[in-house]
Order: sequence, then C-alpha cells, then structure tokens
Amino acid sequence: MNIPALDAALAAAAAWIAIGLAGTLAPRSLRLSSRVLFPAGALVGLALAAVALGALFAAPSVRILPLGLPDLPFHARLDALSAFFLLLLGSVSAGVSVFASGYLRAGETSPPGLQCLGYHLFLASMALVLLADDAYFFMVAWETMALSSFFLVTSEHRDPAIRRAGFLYLLIAHLGAISILLCFGALQGGSGDYTFETMRLMTQPPAWASAAFLLALVGFGAKAGIVPLHVWLPEAHPAAPSPVSALMSAVMLKTAVYGLLRVTLDLIGFSLWWWGVVVLAVGLVSALFGIVFAAVQSDMKRLLAYSSIENIGLVMAGFGLTLLFRSFGMGTLAALALTATLYHCLNHGFYKSLLFLATGSVLHATRERSLGRLGGLIHRMPWVAWCALVGTIAIAGLPPLNGFVSEWLLLQAFLFTPGLPQAYLNMLVPVAAAVVALAAALSGYVMVKFFGVVFLGRAREPKLASAHDAGPWERTGLAWLAAGCIALGLMPATVIGMLDPVTRSFTGTGMASLTHGWLYLAPIEPQRASYSPLLFFVGAALLIVVAWLSVRAFYHGRVRRAAPWDCGFPFLDSRMQDTAEGFGQPVRHVFQPAFRASTEAPAPADARPRYRETLEDRLWYWLYLPVARATARATALVTVLQRGRISVYLMYSFATLLVLLFFVR
Amino acid sequence: MLQHYGPQLINLCAAVLLLLGFAMLTQRRILSLINLFATQGLVLCASTALVALLTGQHHLWGSALLTLALKVVGLPWILHRLIRRLNVKWDVETLLNIPTTMLVGIVLVILAFNLAAPISRLAGTVTSATLGIALASVLLSFLMMITRSKAVPQVIGFLAMENGLFFAATSAVYGMPMVVELGIALDVLVAALILGIFVFEIRERFDSLDTRHLEKLKEH
Amino acid sequence: MSTSGLAAQFTELVLAILLAPVLTGWVNQCRAWLQNKSAPSLFLPYRMLAKLFEKEVVLAHNASPLFRFAPYLVFGCLALAAAIVPTLGTDLPLNAAADAIALVGLLALARLFIALAGMDIGTAFGTLGARREMLVGFLAEPALLMVLFTASLISHSTSLATIVETLAHREFVIYPSMAFAGVAFTMVSLAENARIPVDNPATHLELTMIHEAMILEYSGRHLAMMEWAASLKLFVYSCMGLALFFPFGVAGGGDWLGIVLALPALLAKLALGGAGLALIETVSAKMRIFRAPEFLGSAFVFAVLAMLVHVLLEA
Repeated sequence: MNIPALDAALAAAAAWIAIGLAGTLAPRSLRLSSRVLFPAGALVGLALAAVALGALFAAPSVRILPLGLPDLPFHARLDALSAFFLLLLGSVSAGVSVFASGYLRAGETSPPGLQCLGYHLFLASMALVLLADDAYFFMVAWETMALSSFFLVTSEHRDPAIRRAGFLYLLIAHLGAISILLCFGALQGGSGDYTFETMRLMTQPPAWASAAFLLALVGFGAKAGIVPLHVWLPEAHPAAPSPVSALMSAVMLKTAVYGLLRVTLDLIGFSLWWWGVVVLAVGLVSALFGIVFAAVQSDMKRLLAYSSIENIGLVMAGFGLTLLFRSFGMGTLAALALTATLYHCLNHGFYKSLLFLATGSVLHATRERSLGRLGGLIHRMPWVAWCALVGTIAIAGLPPLNGFVSEWLLLQAFLFTPGLPQAYLNMLVPVAAAVVALAAALSGYVMVKFFGVVFLGRAREPKLASAHDAGPWERTGLAWLAAGCIALGLMPATVIGMLDPVTRSFTGTGMASLTHGWLYLAPIEPQRASYSPLLFFVGAALLIVVAWLSVRAFYHGRVRRAAPWDCGFPFLDSRMQDTAEGFGQPVRHVFQPAFRASTEAPAPADARPRYRETLEDRLWYWLYLPVARATARATALVTVLQRGRISVYLMYSFATLLVLLFFVR
Repeated sequence: MLQHYGPQLINLCAAVLLLLGFAMLTQRRILSLINLFATQGLVLCASTALVALLTGQHHLWGSALLTLALKVVGLPWILHRLIRRLNVKWDVETLLNIPTTMLVGIVLVILAFNLAAPISRLAGTVTSATLGIALASVLLSFLMMITRSKAVPQVIGFLAMENGLFFAATSAVYGMPMVVELGIALDVLVAALILGIFVFEIRERFDSLDTRHLEKLKEH
Repeated sequence: MSTSGLAAQFTELVLAILLAPVLTGWVNQCRAWLQNKSAPSLFLPYRMLAKLFEKEVVLAHNASPLFRFAPYLVFGCLALAAAIVPTLGTDLPLNAAADAIALVGLLALARLFIALAGMDIGTAFGTLGARREMLVGFLAEPALLMVLFTASLISHSTSLATIVETLAHREFVIYPSMAFAGVAFTMVSLAENARIPVDNPATHLELTMIHEAMILEYSGRHLAMMEWAASLKLFVYSCMGLALFFPFGVAGGGDWLGIVLALPALLAKLALGGAGLALIETVSAKMRIFRAPEFLGSAFVFAVLAMLVHVLLEA
C-alpha cells in the first residue's frame, strides 16, 4: 500500500492545479469560484490530510515523475516528515478554503477567477515542496510558491503601500532562494547529482556541513521570518487578503521550517553542538522581538504578523534544543524537543489561521483594520467573537487548549538540560527557559489586547453598529479550525502518537512508547511530569458548574440593567476606553531600548494639538538601509559603463571578441 | 552534625551575600543601600565564624570580630553621619536604567561562575564552590560603582567590593594572615577617609554630589 | 490513588474554599493590630460575602455573556488550583492531571478572564485595571515559573507532589538556591495578590487601583464570587509558598494519621504566614505603578539567579 499514498498526494496537488486553471475559464464569475471551486479545493485538502495521516505510519515511498528536464527528472518522496507537514497543509487549508468561499467578493481589484488560480497554485506548490526529493524539483516548487504568493499578496495592487510590501516580500524571498541554492550546491559535494538520495548517503566533512547548515538557516530562515530577516513579514501579511494571510502565516512559514528540518536532520545527517546554540539564540531573539513589537501595534493584522515571528522563534528554539541534544547523543531528550517543535508547528497552523480569518470577517463587516476604530463587536458578531476567543486562549498558551501542550513540552525539554556535558551550556539554558517563559507571558498580554480592543468594550466608531456576523461558509471554516485547536489540546497523546514515526526516524526514539495511556501526557515518567488535559478540563468544568448551580440554588437570580459606573462624570463616551496604543504602553515603557521612537508633541499654545508617535524597527536602519545604500552605490559605479551611444556598445562587443580570440588561441 | 550542616550553611551565607549584592544594585535609596551594606557585613561575620568553627583556625575568630566592629557598626555609622550632613537621603540616579543594569548583572554572574569553576576544583577547601559567588559579588559591586552617578553610592560600591574579596579569601584559603588582613582593613579605612574628603570637595566646588560634574575639569 | 489520597484531595478542596475568607480576615486583623487600630472580626469576610449574595446584580447595558460568566470561571479555576497544591497529603489523584507548569497556566487563565471581563464594559477604569493587571502578570508569571523550576531542578520533577515529597521527606538539606527563590516568590505573591507594595487592596481611589479597577462593575453575587476568588488566590499562593519552602508536616501517601496531623500544622503555618504578610504590608509603602516593572523585574532576576546558583552550587 505504499505507492498509492504518494500517488494520491501527487494527485491532490494536480487536482489543485486543475481547480486553479478552471478558475481562469470564467474569471469574473463569482458563483463559479466561490460556490464550486473553493469548496472543491477544501475537499481536496481534506483528502490530502487523510492520505498523509495514513502515510505517516508507512515506510517512505519514492517515485520518479515523467516531468522536468530530460536529464533531470523530478523525484518525489513521501516519508514521515513530509506526511506530517502534508497533514498540516491539508487540514488547515481545508478550513481556510471553506472560509474563502464565503469571503470572496465581486468588485475587488483582482477578479475572483484569478484569485482562485493564484490560491490553488499556491497550495499545490506548497504540497510539491513537501514532496520534492531532488534539488531541482524543490527549487521549482519553491519559486512557484513565492511567485504565486506574491500575486496573492498584491491582489489589491492599486494601493502603493501594498505594491511596496509585495516588492519587499519578493526581494527577501529571492535572497533566501539564492541561499538555499548555494546550500544545495554545498550538499552535493562535487558529485553533480542533485537528488536528495545522493545527499543523504554522502557524509560531509564538518566544514562543508557547517557551511551548508548556515546557508540553509539563512535561506529558510528568510522565508520563515526569523530576526533579522523578518522585515517582509509585518508588511506582506497585512497587505494580503485574510485567507491568504492565514495560509501564509499558518502553512508557508512551516514549509520553511520543513526545509530546514529536511536539510539539517535528513540530508546532513549529523549535528554539531554549536549549530544548536546558534539556532536556539536566533529563536529566542526572534521570539522576544516579535512579541514586544506585537504589543505596540495599532493594526490588527500587523499584530498577528509579529506574533507569527514570535511563534517561529519558539519553533526555532525547540529545534535548537533538538540539535543540541542530538549532537551529544541524548536520543530521548532530542525526541522530546523535536516533538515539542513539530507540535508547536501544528498548533500555530491552527490558531494563527483561526485568528487571521476572524480578522478577515471583522474587516469585511467593518472595513476597518485599525484597532483604534473597532470595539464592542462581540454583540454584533458573536460567532466570530467566540471562535476568536478560542484562538486567543490557544495562542496565549493556556490550558486546556493546544498552545499550552507545545509550550509544556518545550519547557520540559529545557528542564532536562542540566545533564549536558558542557558547563557553559548548562548555565545558559536556565536563562533560555526564562526568555521562553517571558515570551509566553507577553503573548498572553498581546492577545488580551487584541481580543479586548476588537471585540469587547464599546464601539469606538458609530458605523460599527451596522456590522454583521459572518456568513455560513465563513462560520464553517472558523468552527473547523476552532475544533482543531480544542482537539489538539485535549488529545495530546494521540497527536504524539502521530509524531512518533517522525521523531523515530531522526532521533532513534519516539515519545509514544513513553506516554502512559491515552489520557495522560507523561513524556519521561509520571513521577517526573504528567499532564492530562481531559481530566483538567473536566475538573475545571465540574467546579465551575457546581459553583454556578449552588449559587443559583441558594440565592436569587435577579439582574437589573443600568448604566456603567462613571464616577460622577456624566459625559463618558466610547473614546475614553483604552486605545490599542494605550494598552501597549506599559510594554513600550519597559522595553524602550528595543524601539526607534519618534514623537511629535504639540506646543503648549497650540489651538488644535496633535500628538504623533511612530515606533520603528531598528534593524531597518541598522541593517537594511545601509545594505540598500551600499548596493545603490555599487550599482552607481557600474552605470558608468552605460553610455547610451551605440558605438560604445559595439566597442564593448569588439573588445570582448578580441580578448576571447587571444585567450582561446 | 556540624560537619554535615556547616558547609551547607556557608553555601547559604554565600547565596545571601550574592542576594544582597544584587539587591544593592537595584536599590534607589541611599539609606537602604547603607542598611544592605551593614547586613552584608553581618553575613560575612557569620560565615567567617562558621569557617572558624569548622576548621579550628582561631585567627578567624579575630577576623570575624574585626568585621563585626568595622563593617556592621563602624562604617555604617560613619556613612549615616555623612549622608545626614550632606542631606542626601533620597533617590539615586543611575546611568543605565534598572532593568538593563540587572540584565548586565546576570551576564556578569554567569561569567563569574564560569571563570571560577576550574579554580574551585583545584582548591581543596570545604567551601570551594563559593569562590564563584565571591567573584560575582566583586563584579556586581564594580558594576554598581560604574553605573551610579552620585558619590556616596560609589563609595559604598567600593566597600562592598572589599566585602567580596574578603569572602573569597575566607572561603578559598581559610582567611589571610592577620598582618595582611590588618593591612587591608587599614587600606580600606584610609580610602574611605580620602573618599570622604573627596566627597566634600566635590560638593564645595559644584554644589552637588553628581560625579559627572567632574567632566567639567577637562582641558577643553 | 488510594482512599486516603482521595480523602485528602476532597478535604483540601473544601478546606480551601471554606477557609480562604478566614485567611483574608486574619491578615486584616493582624494589620489592624500592627497599626494600632481596633481589629474587625475574623469572620467579617463571610458576612460581607453573605451580604453580597443577597444583593441584586446591577449589570451595565452593554455587558456581554463573557462578563456574566467570568466570575464563575475564575472561581472554578482557582478552586482547581487549590485542589492541585498539596497541603494535607501528597497522594492526590489530581496530581497526574496537572503539574507545576499547568498550575501557572491555570492561574494565567484566571487572570486572562478577569482582564477580559474588565475590558468588557468599556469604561476607562476597567481597561486601566486590565492593562495594569496584565503588566503585573507578564512579569510575575515567568518569575513564578522560574521559582517552580528551581524546585523542579532540585527534585528532578515538575509534579508538585514529588517536589513536596522530596523537600519534606528527604533528609533536611539547606538549599541556597531556595533562598533566592524564596525572595522571588514573596515578591511575586505580593504583586499577584494585589498587596502593598504593588497595589492597595483597601483603596478607594480608582487611579491607584489594579485589581479593584477590573472588578469595579461587578455587583451582587458576581462580586461575591470575585471576592471569594481573590481570597482563594491568596490561599493558593500561601499554600504554594508553604509547600515549596516549609513543606514539613505534609503527609506522604496512604498515611491517614499524617493527614489528620497535617491539618493543625497547616493552620499554624498559615497563621504565621498571614501575620508575616501583614507585617510586610505595614512596613512598606505602595510604590508608583511604573516602579512595579522594576520590582517584578528584580523578582524575575532573582528567580533566574536561583536556577544559576542551583547549577553552580548544588548540581
């Protein structure tokens, strides 16, 4: 039963391409795209997820496709790692596609048919990246992914800010792609054969392996959005339409993580301890940076984009620990860290897409992206609000939902580290655990800000009174993702059973053999650490219900409605509640050195005082602008060659001809 | 029983010493700084007495008494009188803000622990692991001297540094010879005297105790 | 899971829910004695709760279902937390369900819902309280987690029962890292329970409130649940402190006599702890809200130092 799984996966990718092309048949028809094609895409996603689930427990299968160049056919492979990420892709994209069916509108800048094409090409290329088994196929799929997402990001291309965001995105994606190409070049080690199978069997000398690793980190890291290669993320994710932002944040960033895992764990094979330290450091810096910036944003989609940077940072921290343990041969602990990393990828896929889709509904209902003009939407849009609450609790890493499980696993991995042979590492690890705890606590803060300012309180603008709740398609998509969050949170042992083949193939041990029963999550042994979300949830629910029933039984249930407490000041209006900037001000105060702030304050005698504060990313000024200026200078030097006269150009050709004649003589 | 609990109590004293060093770093009020310094002296005296009890080196009892007299009673009394005359009881400004200072402090503690680890393996005493903590205290008080801009906290930082050195000596090599010890104590007293005069001179000249005013004495 | 464990679990839960207001009353009494005032009755909090339950609930026009549901949810979370912390015995059935990290997560869940409830009505006071509470929370939560990690590193486990067993029943060892952890834990408890020097529980001025500002809109039985939950939180933190730093007297598994003897030991320790808290509150002054991050930052740093000292001195 091996071959059909891979064929089924390839067929799913082909089906997506077909659906996309079908969209171009009637580009302006909204009915075709939203009622037929997108739901079909969702079904394909579900099928892909089912196939991947089965393939997780099977042996790897390989196939050579009759596509590609005559000497370089495409190789495809489905093993446990690919199957896991395909499962993520399929299940998340199903929910997002269903949402998108209800989200598409006529009259936007891009016709629905073209959006359908871009969207399904994006999905198909991500699936092909996960299935690729040679560098050529990988790069073709990678580039298709970048290009299709570029066109999706710039769907509203009449807005110059969106065009600029798209350009930045494409630029950094290509810088990353160059780095990945060089990495594959380093891995093929002079054999000229770019298939992954050859790279797998070859053992690299440590210097080349380190070079390949660093190139992979830069290349895949640029796509994943680690600091300092993150600048495109807060621009591109808000610029794209919400289903696309959801897919990009939830799935595309994970394909970059997949690429890094594939290169480091599978193609290179061994790990050095300093690789782990580098990845851990990069991860921690990204996590803290991302969440601190998220706390001060006024645009809800930018806030979620920075939060994605934080979550990728946590994934990288887990991966760094895996490499560290692996290099010292501590198999069980490496398996624990890898399980935490992969679980967090899956969790983030679900709750981030849920939150982005919720912002999409809000955007459609209110046409507002700025947090300063929203508020009180729980009354007008209850369905969206309650699903967003599930997403908020999940992303804040609170029990009993899924975010807590992956954080729990990650913190457990940190706690076992005093067994490391090096004293320096033993001392740095408590500090690293502290940073992870700080990032997790800050994400709780940021999500209270997000949910509280958007959905709670009073409406800050009068037009919000006409906001309507999401339609049936949108509700289905949101409910699917929320159910995913709840299921992943309450059944961690089952999910770890699914992750078992992946960790077993790379670290030799799997966690499933060490969990005790399906009810408890006890990675090493129950006395050491044990958590049961189901019991936890049942216990809490029981206590809450008993409390409520007792109060109702013994006391009356009278309620009277009145105006809120105004401390004697009768002119309270909705503008007097906290703004987004106000809620983020404590973080801005505590983490002041991290921001480059510019303030415009009014003079004392101003008749119409204006106050403006801009918070910018320091890295833009320290890294990107100097590099851009240096590039501009270098190109200015080269433009000396451009004279504009034909005789000069003919002279260049002539001179080259003479030089070649001399040398080939 | 003393053999069993003695080293643990000394470790505890070491930890409390480090705790007090960090607390001094984060304090804003000069009055609390002096009180913390006095408490540090008390802990130092207790640990010296413990080492004397454990190892039977009788000259350490004299050290302990000297520490008690000087660092718990004498110097704090002088400092209290000084700040009353100078009228500087309240908030202290720092060059770096307090959270950043604490972060730098943690980095210094990690560095100190790692530097001292190989040395403490060589020393054969009962309390060799505390060398790292003593080194960390010294570095932390140095940091305090650097990041404060008023004169009196800098003086206290200097005195706290000597505390750390004394603790390093008692824990690693069972105390210094009495002569060396008296010499150091005299040095510290003289330094405190000079610093006291220095403090008054600054106040005379600049009408403030902010040592940043000394920059005005540059050539250009 | 033995019957003694089940009995201990149930007794702990009921004891926590019933005794929490008495602990608050005791702290208020000690504080009044220290300040030379005549003390209120020890059972005054019960009378306050009874009065509040009898009253009618006054809800703002734009209160959402979240606002109405939050008091019960917060109370339930804190009751579960009280059931997890081992106070009478260590053989608790719920131990396998939640460990130290889950306990911190549970407290964070309660805090999240109080903050959201504060933001629900949309007045300036509620959002002010929510913002300040999250400010205190985002620094206090990692500090608490690090304190529990220090204990976990010592006992090689994050399960609270194992931690208490190790610290109570192994031979008595002085752990210097626990000195740091103790200071950090005290600072965190003061901040999280809205005590001086971080917040004044008896203030009437809205601009100086943190916890009170969030529950300003609650009345009647909802306010009673919130107040009860707040005293439960103080009880949980006190029991956590006792379990980590003074665990002597907590019974081991299957020891009926030990469980019975643990009760007076617990009451005595809580009485001393409450008196200590009153002492700290009396000699400190409430600090400016923007000194609170420095205060909690030092707690965080001390907790990290505790782990470093453990790695250096005890590993």
